[in-house]
Amino acid sequence: MSPAATASVRQAPAIELAHVSKVYRRYGGRHFATLKSALLSGSLIRDLRPEETFQALRDVSFTVAPGQTLGVIGRNGSGKSTALKLVAGITKATSGSVAVRGRVSALIELGAGFHPEISGRENVFINGIMLGLTKREIQRRFDEIVEFAELREFIDAPVKTYSSGMYMRLGFSVAIHVDPDVLLVDEVLAVGDEGFTHKCLDKFGEFKRRGKTILLVTHSLGLVERFCDDAIWLDAGVKRAEGDPKRVVGAYITDVERQEERFLAASDARTTHDAAAPAAADGPLPAETGAADMAQATEGRWGSGGVTIGSVSLLGADGQATHLFHTGEPFTAHFNVHADRPVTDFVFGIGLFSADGVCVYGTNTDVEEYAAESLQGDAEVSLSIDALDLVEGTYKLDVAVHRRDGAPYDYHRFLYTFRVKSRLKDVGIYRPKHRWTFTGGARLKPKP
Amino acid sequence: MWHNLAQLPRYRGLVQSLVARELKARYRGSVLGFFWSFVNPLLLLTIYTFVFNTILPNANQDTRPYSVFMFCGLLPWTWFSSSLLEATGSLISGGTLIKKVLFPAEVLPIVSVLANMVHFLLGLVILAAFMIGTHHYPDLIDLPWFPVVVLVQLVFTAGLALMLSALAVHFRDIRDLLANLLTFWFFATPIIYSYLMPEVQRLYWLFRLNPFYHFVVSYQELLFFYGPFGHLRWLGPLAAASVLVFLAGYWIFDRLRDSFAEAV
Repeated sequence: MSPAATASVRQAPAIELAHVSKVYRRYGGRHFATLKSALLSGSLIRDLRPEETFQALRDVSFTVAPGQTLGVIGRNGSGKSTALKLVAGITKATSGSVAVRGRVSALIELGAGFHPEISGRENVFINGIMLGLTKREIQRRFDEIVEFAELREFIDAPVKTYSSGMYMRLGFSVAIHVDPDVLLVDEVLAVGDEGFTHKCLDKFGEFKRRGKTILLVTHSLGLVERFCDDAIWLDAGVKRAEGDPKRVVGAYITDVERQEERFLAASDARTTHDAAAPAAADGPLPAETGAADMAQATEGRWGSGGVTIGSVSLLGADGQATHLFHTGEPFTAHFNVHADRPVTDFVFGIGLFSADGVCVYGTNTDVEEYAAESLQGDAEVSLSIDALDLVEGTYKLDVAVHRRDGAPYDYHRFLYTFRVKSRLKDVGIYRPKHRWTFTGGARLKPKP
Repeated sequence: MWHNLAQLPRYRGLVQSLVARELKARYRGSVLGFFWSFVNPLLLLTIYTFVFNTILPNANQDTRPYSVFMFCGLLPWTWFSSSLLEATGSLISGGTLIKKVLFPAEVLPIVSVLANMVHFLLGLVILAAFMIGTHHYPDLIDLPWFPVVVLVQLVFTAGLALMLSALAVHFRDIRDLLANLLTFWFFATPIIYSYLMPEVQRLYWLFRLNPFYHFVVSYQELLFFYGPFGHLRWLGPLAAASVLVFLAGYWIFDRLRDSFAEAV
């Protein structure tokens, strides 16, 4: 249990899941034949057995004390939404127990149950009743609901004329005005524009202050760090970490990066394998056509042969091969070359490209005024960058060895991929070293 | 099951507003709006009057005026059959509610039955107008039994609606099967012909197995034929059977309830 939860008053938890497992059953393609046979053998109920099962949650336990906010993070399909639906009571746990104390409102699908043909006003009433309010309660909150949804002039128009944003806002507004003790939120802040999202967050903040319990399922890790008292991380239906949001989010990010690294390494291996295959088959590397055209944006490998590039690896700060870098960290591109017979006319080149093919930086030994003397047998080349000042994103790498006139011996275009991660969400490609200065009446301080 | 069944009355506010929504939404955007509930049966009745008075004059003296006779059976039948057809698809079309909101699923088929009941009741107004027009009035002494029959039919229809809606989630074929079955059922019930016909009387042992036979005969005796409500002795067994059908339907529904959110 997290320190925050234990520190709160010893009250019965608002949400308590104990050893909960959930197995989804896939009722496969059942057709007339099975209905007939089911009827004939008189076993309609018994025959409704599932054909396949899928375990969405595996022995998950957590508690949320009243007034606490718990963030649930994890990849798609990790069981987050299932956990939320169990708390909401929409589905039942296969084993284990789920206990929730107080009135629950679930922001899972906003405006579920709105009828397109009738007016917003009527839908507010019906939706409110569905969510457990009485008619009088809705009447009392009606103005507030409409005000919050910013739909004053449209409230009497049929819902089918609403834009999807209006629809969501109205759904959100009704759900939030149910005044629940426990609020379940499933990634609904993605709807609506910036302004509305802020309003929603303010509303959540107000809920927190009033001592309500919130369970928040989201992919927005920043929100979890800022907003939640506790966090849990679900992975493939298993609880991987629990406790302080910063720590849980950190553990999750590390894992995601590791996964990405594996994925990039695998895709690298695949592309280099594909590109190398024809070269190995017919001796010299294929056609020189368009070889020197730097703007040609197709990935592949070409050249006349004679000098070939062997393995290419990217090294991080610790000198280990990796595909993930953080903004500002050292970066080294390292590759082996092999010359079948000695050559004197050769240039090593490197190019960095953004994912959409924009050249970020390109250089070679010739433009940097190295005079080639000789190359024979095996050699190793590396280009080191002290600080990789790129913004977050995916980048591609070109590696080449060619003659001074540009005719390639071996050209590897876009065959290597790496990702740059950044804590900051600045935009563009290049992140120059910089600092802000404020004087006069401007007062700012760094966020904690 | 009993626990869930006991919860049912708590949903009346919800049922009420959903029925109202259903009725409002149905005619929203049409010029005549709610009047269609009257106009539909009125047009139907006019057509039948024309066909069976002018084109195919009915020789049978028992069933005159024929349009009134036929309407006495057709109105409850329409209520019954459209309720079942709508209810069968109700859980599937209400999928988002079941999957995304904590929502008592049994409300959906029941709303289908009740919304159609409202149309039935409005149809009765047209029937009354025709009775006045043709000077063919029912016996007022037996008329208090009429709401009882309606209530029994409500229970019976709701039971079947619950059962079919739950099964249709898993067996989508039921919707198509049902449409055909209802056509057959319609002709197997003395709605457009009289149960007094000798051919029907000869097969009485077969006809009496059809529960809807008893509903229709009750309606016809109450609203159309003169004389005492002879079919009253069947009302008790019919009510008992209807309650059983309802409980059976609810039991099946309750057994399958947990699979709805996943299978819809």
